[in-house]
Amino acid sequence: MAQEDITRHRYTNGKPNLRRFHQAKWDEPIIFELSCEGQRGILVPEIEEEVKEQVGDVLADLPGYMRRKEPPGLPELSQPQVLRHYVRLSQENLGADLNVEIGQGTCTMKYSPKVNDQLAGHPKLADLHPLQDEETVQGILEIMFRFEQILKEISGMDRFSLQPAAGSAAIYANVSMIRAYHESRGEAGQRDEVITTIFSHPSNAACAQTAGYKVITLYPDEDGYPDLDALKAAVSERTAALMITNPEDTGIFNPRIEEFVSVVHDAGGLCAYDQANANGILGITRAKDAGFDLCHFNLHKTFSSPHGCGGPGAGAGGVTKELERFLPVPVIAFDGERYSLDYERPDSVGKLRPFYGYVPVVLRAYAWVMSLGAEGLREVAEIAVLNNNYLLKKMLEIPGVSAPYAKGKRRIEQARYSWEELAQETGIHSEELGVRAADFGVHYWTSHHPFVVPEPCTLEPTESCSKDDLDEYVGVLAHVAEEARTDPELVRTAPHNSTVHTIDHSPLDDPSQGAMTWRAYLKKIGRKTE
Amino acid sequence: MLEEVGTQSAEDLYEDVPERLRLKGSMNLPQPLLSEYELKRHVEGILAKNESAAEYLSFLGAGCYQHHVPAVCDEVNRRGEFLTAYAGEPYDDHGRFQALFEYASSMGELLNMDVVNVPTYDGFQAMATSLRMACRLTGRREVLIARTISADLLSRIRDYCKPNITVKLVGYDPKTGQLDLDALKAKISDRTSAVCFENPSYLGFLEVHGHEISQIAHDHGAICVVGADPISLGVLTPPADYGADIVCGDIQPLGMHMQFGGGQAGYIATRDEEEYVAEYPSRLFGIAPTSVPGEYGFGDVAYERTSFAVREEGKEWVGTAAALWGITAGVYLALMGPQGMVEIGEGLMSRSRYAMLEMDKIEGVKAPVFRSPHFREFVANFDGTGKTVAEINKALLTRKIFGGKDLTMELPELGKSALYCVTEVHTQDDIDRLVTALKEIVD
Amino acid sequence: MVMDKKLGLIVNPIAGIGGRVGLKGSDGAEVQRKALKLGAVRQSLNRAIRALERIEPVDDLEIVTYPGEMGEDAARACGFAPTVIGSIIPGGTTREDTISAAREMLELGVDLLLFAGGDGTARDIYNATGERMVVLGIPAGVKIHSAVHAINPVSAGNLAGSYLQGRTSALREAEVMDVDEEAFRQGFVSAKLYGCLRVPFQRRWLQGRKAPSSPGEQAAMVAIAADVVSRMADDWLYVIGPGTTTRAITARLGLDKTLVGVDVIRAERREGKEAWLGELAAADVNESQLLALLGGRKAKIVVTPIGGQGYIFGRGNQQISPDVLATVGKDNVIVVSTSAKIHSLGGRPLLVDTGDRAVDSMLSGYTNVVSGYNERIVYKVSYC
Repeated sequence: MAQEDITRHRYTNGKPNLRRFHQAKWDEPIIFELSCEGQRGILVPEIEEEVKEQVGDVLADLPGYMRRKEPPGLPELSQPQVLRHYVRLSQENLGADLNVEIGQGTCTMKYSPKVNDQLAGHPKLADLHPLQDEETVQGILEIMFRFEQILKEISGMDRFSLQPAAGSAAIYANVSMIRAYHESRGEAGQRDEVITTIFSHPSNAACAQTAGYKVITLYPDEDGYPDLDALKAAVSERTAALMITNPEDTGIFNPRIEEFVSVVHDAGGLCAYDQANANGILGITRAKDAGFDLCHFNLHKTFSSPHGCGGPGAGAGGVTKELERFLPVPVIAFDGERYSLDYERPDSVGKLRPFYGYVPVVLRAYAWVMSLGAEGLREVAEIAVLNNNYLLKKMLEIPGVSAPYAKGKRRIEQARYSWEELAQETGIHSEELGVRAADFGVHYWTSHHPFVVPEPCTLEPTESCSKDDLDEYVGVLAHVAEEARTDPELVRTAPHNSTVHTIDHSPLDDPSQGAMTWRAYLKKIGRKTE
Repeated sequence: MLEEVGTQSAEDLYEDVPERLRLKGSMNLPQPLLSEYELKRHVEGILAKNESAAEYLSFLGAGCYQHHVPAVCDEVNRRGEFLTAYAGEPYDDHGRFQALFEYASSMGELLNMDVVNVPTYDGFQAMATSLRMACRLTGRREVLIARTISADLLSRIRDYCKPNITVKLVGYDPKTGQLDLDALKAKISDRTSAVCFENPSYLGFLEVHGHEISQIAHDHGAICVVGADPISLGVLTPPADYGADIVCGDIQPLGMHMQFGGGQAGYIATRDEEEYVAEYPSRLFGIAPTSVPGEYGFGDVAYERTSFAVREEGKEWVGTAAALWGITAGVYLALMGPQGMVEIGEGLMSRSRYAMLEMDKIEGVKAPVFRSPHFREFVANFDGTGKTVAEINKALLTRKIFGGKDLTMELPELGKSALYCVTEVHTQDDIDRLVTALKEIVD
Repeated sequence: MVMDKKLGLIVNPIAGIGGRVGLKGSDGAEVQRKALKLGAVRQSLNRAIRALERIEPVDDLEIVTYPGEMGEDAARACGFAPTVIGSIIPGGTTREDTISAAREMLELGVDLLLFAGGDGTARDIYNATGERMVVLGIPAGVKIHSAVHAINPVSAGNLAGSYLQGRTSALREAEVMDVDEEAFRQGFVSAKLYGCLRVPFQRRWLQGRKAPSSPGEQAAMVAIAADVVSRMADDWLYVIGPGTTTRAITARLGLDKTLVGVDVIRAERREGKEAWLGELAAADVNESQLLALLGGRKAKIVVTPIGGQGYIFGRGNQQISPDVLATVGKDNVIVVSTSAKIHSLGGRPLLVDTGDRAVDSMLSGYTNVVSGYNERIVYKVSYC
């Protein structure tokens, strides 16, 4: 008897069918509900008898009110229960390890090599205290120094700080340095404006505002490119800096970037390059060549460090010689023999954070570059761009999708699409399509708020995707778009194959109902009093 | 694929990048290590040049602490499902939302507060943001901070508050380290938005007048901001109970390896009041029902900020911060439970007390410098030994011991002093070894 | 879901009747007769049904409506047993019927008034109830310039249902526009602000991700007002144009502003938190009054784009004439707008149409739009 050919049910015309996905769904209680009095997950080392005798009751020295009366209301579970709970929760996520992770546009969700995770967890890094004598940490200082040299080469800038905690932190550090620069020339009072574009990352505006600057936002011209005339109208003797992302979050590269920089320089301002979107231009073009004074990279984006559910990542900020003296302390120095932490920098903007940065992330970034080399990085960029343009073509074949701006032109490493046509036709919104897509094991990100592109969807494949991955992803979106026409209720009531069903967000907007901790929730549902 | 896209080579895809700006040739980067084995060997070879605190005996603290990291913490934060997730919806990333909600909830129990944020970068950022929140809430622009915070933290705060907030320091009693209440009363006014101190202090002692400090702040319409290490809150009263309005700090001690300073993450907590909640620049995760009764859903909380009277004090931003460390801390607190937090608190206080007593017996050494209760760290003074702290630490190094942080440059008024930290990883033998070594060195 | 709510329903049977047969608008009995002769079919009933079927006919939801074609038919078609009030002449309903219906529903305390109609119907309702009711429009008209309507009947029904069930409670102020129908039929649009209605709005679920959500419209307008007020000077006059955003500025100064008129104010600096106090120099001025007031004085003009087309001059603020503008000068024109409003332009420039080409030209180019506290958008201004 012939064996049943299972494969013929999985393909249609040689192409794989849509995945019959279902997300792990544990219906897991909140951990406090699993608590059982007297259970314990881990024991702590006991104090030796002798020590106890010598020190006596250490709490007795405290004024009564400072001694905690009741132990904190933490959950009580055994160790396997804790593990099981969290492993279940871990399954209820759709990370880059699991899905075709191209939906989170601007996040650059590429493959994070496992060997780098191993290296980052190495005891010779994990167990280092940051204040150890420099003699004992020459290894890690060497890695950080070497990585700085790599970034200098990639960007053309003269010096880097690896201290910023992430991209936005690096932008803020750049703002601090810009301010310090103008202060040093007695122009800080006069220069109180920062210019950015609507499609740069919103942190460029937000960080400048946090630092007290007035922020001027430029909108694109009719073709979707940053508007040079608008810049000229915006620039004045009050301009402290231009802070922009290029290519922008729409995936469009500003071909006149050099002119933008020189217009601002002519007015006495500085130019800071947000390189969050560097993945498509590694080895193709550099910050220095366009004339930038400062730049930053997101090491958890371009440089492959995993995103950790929202950090830790790392931001690396680079500057030209003129601005070196303002870099945060310490910088890593090398005298040919020894590495050291240099604090002798009187003009520095100071310390951004305790210690030197998210070092394990820096180490992963270093390892990643070392596995690729110059040629490899160039290939990364080219494949990312090719993948993205292939995706662009395929996406535009879906009826109801458009890619606003720069019509007919290429994109770099990501693209912002619009479902406006489909929305007009069916009344289904972009967010709803995204949630239905999760029923097939993929997701996507719309755009920063407020939406400029209506019904947006921003996709970024990176170099880690194969053509089959891209085809699968587009297949899902095409299918969901079709459902929007033929069975809109199904889309509107999605998700159906996910961890939970449609969430009612209204309590989250209402102060009388919003609860951000379990204890607050119990109070608001009347199960617990103050 | 190139065909589909309609070009011959990837070059053509860069049509918008002008020729002028194209990099000619290749970047001058090191030769790649193409095989995984070579890469690993290379990096491990460099790391081998380090000596870690696991190989030496370390008494360093000052913001980064050597506590035991439970194996389950490492297991959970190394799982690829958590490690590689990012910003999906509360459907496809439900687990992340629940894990962080549970972290915030456990922190809420420790702190006796109902709102805790999704972690920010580190304790420095948490405090800097807390101070700006206080300014936005009160509409005032002057903050008073205890002088006993670290120079690094002060540097961060000054830069972050630069736009239009004045930072003033309040002195301390040189005998006890405690905030000088008279100095506080003299400096506080109706321009003060916040009074801020740490408990335990950067210098290790406990501030025992917290309730008086918060009272003085409130009497003048100012907000009381307290920086507190969460690992102390199993045995110490949460600052909210003695009048703190905003509590902040670093959660590294709760399950993060030191990682050369790479394990930091910050928390901010407040009461569940609309005007406070509206001021958080961080994400706040709330619980919500779904269309199926009994299912837990989650999402971002975001109240409308309609009253703008004091909002012109500047917004902040939200970005990728330290969520994975938040999840880890949640695991840590679940493993430890209430009893574990009590025991570790007592243990830290006991061990550091033992170290103080033993070190004080050494000729020329005074420990602790401050006559106050301490938690886990203390300042030890070496003036009587005739040696500098640098010399002593170098000598300790040859004995494979990391001595306490040298405070001589940072706080010259304390003379030749160092900040020693003792945790539950130190046995009595370890402490005795330190004491013996010090004795030898100073003789 | 606990409801116990009253939904008011008004269907304007003649809304949109002209459109399909090529007539613009449907005001006026003459136009209506023409349309019916040309075979126009009444679409508003269908539209109303498409919206209502999104709402579940549960026991504790009462629909209050007018007889027959003014709502009862639509309600019954969707399985509701409505409370029918008032009386009409079938086939001969007029604007007065709409106004009476709205007034009666206000008396009865409906929680939401859902209407099927266009700008005209919106204006009638505004006349009847002002801003005292929460209203939502089902689009059923040829030219909808008002912001009171949902984008389509299905959305209208969803949003109404959501609001009644308490799943969304946010409200926004939506502009009701007055379009000159005759002018429209002649081929050009002349719209001006007529009034404001409170409309529910669905705050989309916040994909909080990497950044917090933008402030709501209300917060944005307050921020804009804070910015403008903080830069006011004692010895200047401020000419404030119509609109809700400009109204927020005068509100911050403790003044009541005519929504659709041009007011002239002064600001005085005081000590303390709310450091400025406003004084009304003149309300609802015309061009000659304006010129008289401004003679030789330092003055600034504050305007905001009205309606969906982005006109900052020439639609509803013609009192700010070319002469006034020439006197005040381009540098003293302050344009305010929330970023959401700018986005709704979809990349099209802001427009000016003062009637004087030279002045139009002077105002064109790029302008700094105040979009928040210490926030500016540099945006193109054009004339055509």
